Order: sequence, then structure tokens, then C-alpha cells
Amino acid sequence: MLKLDGVDTYYGPIHILQKLELEVGSGELVCLLGGNASGKSTTLKTVLGIVKPRSGSVEFDGEDVTGRPTSYRIGKGMAIVPENRRLFAPMSVRENLEMGAYLHGGGTKEDWDRVYTLFPLLHERRAQLAGTLSGGEQQMVAMGRALMSRPKLLLMDEPSMGLAPILVEKNFEIIQQVHESGVAILVVEQNANVSLAIADRGYVLQTGRVVLSGPAAELLRHEDLRKAYLGR
Amino acid sequence: MLLAIWVFYAVYFSPTQGWTFFLQLTVDGIILGSIYALIALGYSMVYGILKLLNFAHGDVAMIGAFIGFGVLTLLGGPLSPAIPVVALVACMFVVAMLGSGFLGLAIERFAYRPLRDAPRIAPLISALGVAFFLENSVLLLFGANYRNYDGYDLISYNGIHLGGSAGVFVSYLGVMVITGALLLMVGLVALVRWTRFGKAMRAVSFDREAAAMMGIDPDRVIATTFFVGSALGGAAGVMFGLVYSQIYYLVGFLAGLKGFTAAVVGGIGSIPGAMLGGLLVGLVESWAKGYLNGNVADLVVFGILIGVMLIRPQGLLGTPALQKV
Ligand SMILES: Nc1ncnc2c1ncn2[C@@H]1O[C@H](COP(=O)(O)OP(=O)(O)OP(=O)(O)O)[C@@H](O)[C@H]1O
Ligand SMILES: [Mg+2]
Repeated sequence: MLKLDGVDTYYGPIHILQKLELEVGSGELVCLLGGNASGKSTTLKTVLGIVKPRSGSVEFDGEDVTGRPTSYRIGKGMAIVPENRRLFAPMSVRENLEMGAYLHGGGTKEDWDRVYTLFPLLHERRAQLAGTLSGGEQQMVAMGRALMSRPKLLLMDEPSMGLAPILVEKNFEIIQQVHESGVAILVVEQNANVSLAIADRGYVLQTGRVVLSGPAAELLRHEDLRKAYLGR
Repeated sequence: MLLAIWVFYAVYFSPTQGWTFFLQLTVDGIILGSIYALIALGYSMVYGILKLLNFAHGDVAMIGAFIGFGVLTLLGGPLSPAIPVVALVACMFVVAMLGSGFLGLAIERFAYRPLRDAPRIAPLISALGVAFFLENSVLLLFGANYRNYDGYDLISYNGIHLGGSAGVFVSYLGVMVITGALLLMVGLVALVRWTRFGKAMRAVSFDREAAAMMGIDPDRVIATTFFVGSALGGAAGVMFGLVYSQIYYLVGFLAGLKGFTAAVVGGIGSIPGAMLGGLLVGLVESWAKGYLNGNVADLVVFGILIGVMLIRPQGLLGTPALQKV
């Protein structure tokens, strides 16, 4: 579904991603772990084409999309729940969801039904301005917005940041539900415990390099990772 | 509030006329204000999406006025129009709006887009450069002379008398300007509120990168915004020509400055703000011309700009820099 091959990404002169190799199979749930500033968000932005790699390639759904603009990739089936959610605060919940389906004519009835069934609260709050929602509600909008485009690959950047533990759990339930419906997912998390528990595979990033990767169950048992992330 | 006191004072102690004179000035102010509001919208839309003060906007309106003049001349001129007047005026507006719109597109593409990531002073300088470029191009092509629009000859010297022949007079031309501006504004509001482009425009204005993450192409949305804003400016230019009956290469300067003032007073970036600001500037200018004199009118207008900025820096309907979530 997604394959990064030898990707080098720079911000100006600063070399961020270094020879990054990463793969997400179709229908797979892959977790990307790493400390602050290790390049997790940059990886997702490179996948989307928000930043362009200086070398290496991004392959998506059997096609090399390295030179393609973001809109093309979204149209082809990527969607993202960005870091800090990035909702359009002065727009209503409904309009935010609509933006998610921007390239799909604003969403079919099915899309709306699916999202509103997953998050009945959003239907209730559809006229409310997104900026006035609580953090948990905003997370639902961000998730719903990404799902409005019927993605084949869902990218998520720290979806549980700033949520109460109970909501984090709820959030992961929904992620799993989406996963089970056949969507491939690449999720960035600081919370290794919870994310590895539902993931198929994982990567650990350190200063822009993959330092560890493998099946989730293996990573959970890995000594270094446990020391670094799980605190035990 | 101060404005209200001043208006009351002016009316009450006016040596000559009473309320009729005041209402006449008000009507004239609304006509003028409609034009300023259309110009202000262009400033505000562009500022909203790029945080750029497009100082070339007044001159885009001026070009619109000249395009309208060109159409008028080609189709026989104000005294012997080759086609029915209604069709002629419609042609002037359509061609001027398209012309100004495409000019706006070109300006964005060649003068602003290359500087998108430059320090904010750079596009501002570029804007001033474009303004001078447009003014001097017209100076070169048409000379410094006034060109006669003769809007009243073209449309009609007649109008509506409210309250008898000694009452308030609204020319048909004035009625047309107000109605036209109103229609354009209603259209714009509908466009921004309900259409796919309007929503994308609001999304890009608020957070360009997040909009891109939704598959919106910010460059296209920004370009379209320039087109729409500039087209409104072009319409304002034609209205200006019709109402003042003549134009020359610098009409965009002062009209642009007034439109800019209107946008800032109303709250730059806010569409209803631009409309309200335009109306206020038009009214104040008209009242000041009537009760004081023409020379101090601009002084009062810009004095009000400074006053509003001191009391309410974000403008009347502006929101103080909304935090991104
Ligand atoms: N637009 C930018 N311009 C310059 N440097 C940037 C930019 N965005 C990110 N960086 C730098 O790139 C590095 C990696 O950033 P990135 O956001 O990918 O980290 P991250 O792993 O997502 O961190 P966090 O867990 O804090 O979100 C950081 O050192 C950051 O300062
Ligand atoms: Mg990050």
C-alpha cells in the first residue's frame, strides 16, 4: 500500500529524515514510534507530499507518487488526522467534515451516515463551530474528517495527545474498528504501550533514522524499547 | 457615538437646510459607500487569505474603470450608444470585471506568488511596485487627461424624488449603483458561505497547510480569491466612472485608499466588516463634504481610521487574531 524507499527529507539545510525505509501493507496497522523531534511528523508530511524528499521515493497503491502534489495523493486514497488535529476553528463541524471529502464532492450520503454512525455526537453538534468543541470532541471531528474521504491509507499523528486516559482507550477502539473495516493505518504515537497493543508492526525512529522495526509483539518485548518508552 | 453627536450637531445648527439636506447627503453617502465597500471587499479577501495588503488593488479598480470606458467608447459612447443602454452598461460591467479579475490573477501569479515565503515586507514592496506599474502604464497609454464617462448622459439625469420635488433626490444611476453593489455583495456572501470554493477559501484562510492536507490546492484557491476580489474592484471602478463621470490614471489611488480605510475600519479579513466599513466611509465623506467642505472630507475620513485603530485595533467587526486549535 505504502512504501518509502531511501527517503531523505530536509528543512532548508537541516537533514531530517535519513535514508528512511518504511512500508505499510494493505489493510495493515503500522505504528511509528519515536521521541520528540525524531521526525515522525516529517515522515507523515513526506508521505502526503506536504514536504518533498530530496531523494528517495514514495510509492502508494502501486504507483510512484514522489513527484505528485498532495491533492493527487489525497484523491488516490490517503487521509490524515494531523498533529494537534488542525480543525478549521471558525467553521462548523459539518463544514469541517465536508472539507475532508473535498475531493469527493463533499461526501455521499453513505459517507455522512458512516461518520455519523461512528460518532453520533458529531451529528448532534454539526452546526457548532469546531473551535468551541472540547478536546475529545475535536478529536472525533478530526477522525471523522479523515474518514469522509473513504481512505485506503489513514495517517494519524499522535491521535491521543491531550486526551484523558478513558478517551485514549476509546480512540484506539475506533482506530481498531476502522482497521478492521480494511483500511491500512500508519499511526504515530508516543504512547508505545497502547499503540503496539493493536498494531501489526512497528518502527522506532531516532533523529530521522529507523533504529528498530518488527512485529508489534516483538517490539513490546524488546529491551531497549521498554527502557526508552514503556518505563519498565 | 461621537459620530452620532457630530451628525446631530451638524444637522441642528446647519445654517441652511434641515433634515432634507442631511438625508440627501446620506443618500449620496450610501452611493459612494457602495463603491468603497466593493473595493474594501477585495482588500479584505486577499488579506484574509494571504495576510497581504494588496496596495495595487485600487489600481486594479482603476483599470476596471478604463476597461469599462473602452467598452463604452467602442459601442458608440455615452451620447450615441450603438446598442440599448441596458445592454451596454451590462457589457461594461461584465468586461471590466473579467478584465480586472484576470489582471488580479496575473498580479498574484507574477508579483506575489514568487514571494510567498519571503519576509512579509517583500510582497508589500512588490504591491507598491505593481501599483506604480499600473498607474504609469495607463499614463503612457491614455495620457494624463480625464476621460469622460458621462454616466448621467448615458443612463439618465432623472431619478426618484422622495418627499416631493423639494425632497431627497436619488438618481436612477445612484439606484443602479446601490442595487448593483448589493447584488454583488449578496452573491459574494452566498459564494463564501455555501459553495465548495467558498468553504475552501475559508479553510485556506484559517490554516493553509491543514487545507492542503484535505486535498485542497491552496494556490488555486488563492488565485481564485484574487480573481473574485479583483472583479469586484473592476465593478467598483466602472461605478466610480459612472458616478463621477470622468476618470484618469490616478483615480485608483484615492479610491483605493478609501477602500483600504473601509476594510480596516470594518475589520480587515472580515467580509461583513468590509461592507460596513465601506458604507461608513462613504457616509462620513458625504456628510463632511456637505457640512464642512470638500477639502477636509478626506481629513475626517482618515482621522476616523486613526481613531478606530486606537480604540479598536481589530476594526469594528474584526476578531482579534483567533487562536488556531
Ligand atoms: N517547518 C519546519 N522548518 C524547519 N524545521 C522543522 C520544520 N518542521 C519540523 N522541523 C524540525 O524537524 C525535526 C523533526 O520534526 P518533527 O515534527 O518531524 O518531529 P516529531 O517526531 O513529530 O516530534 P514531536 O513528537 O514533538 O511531534 C525537529 O527538529 C523540528 O524542529
Ligand atoms: Mg510530531
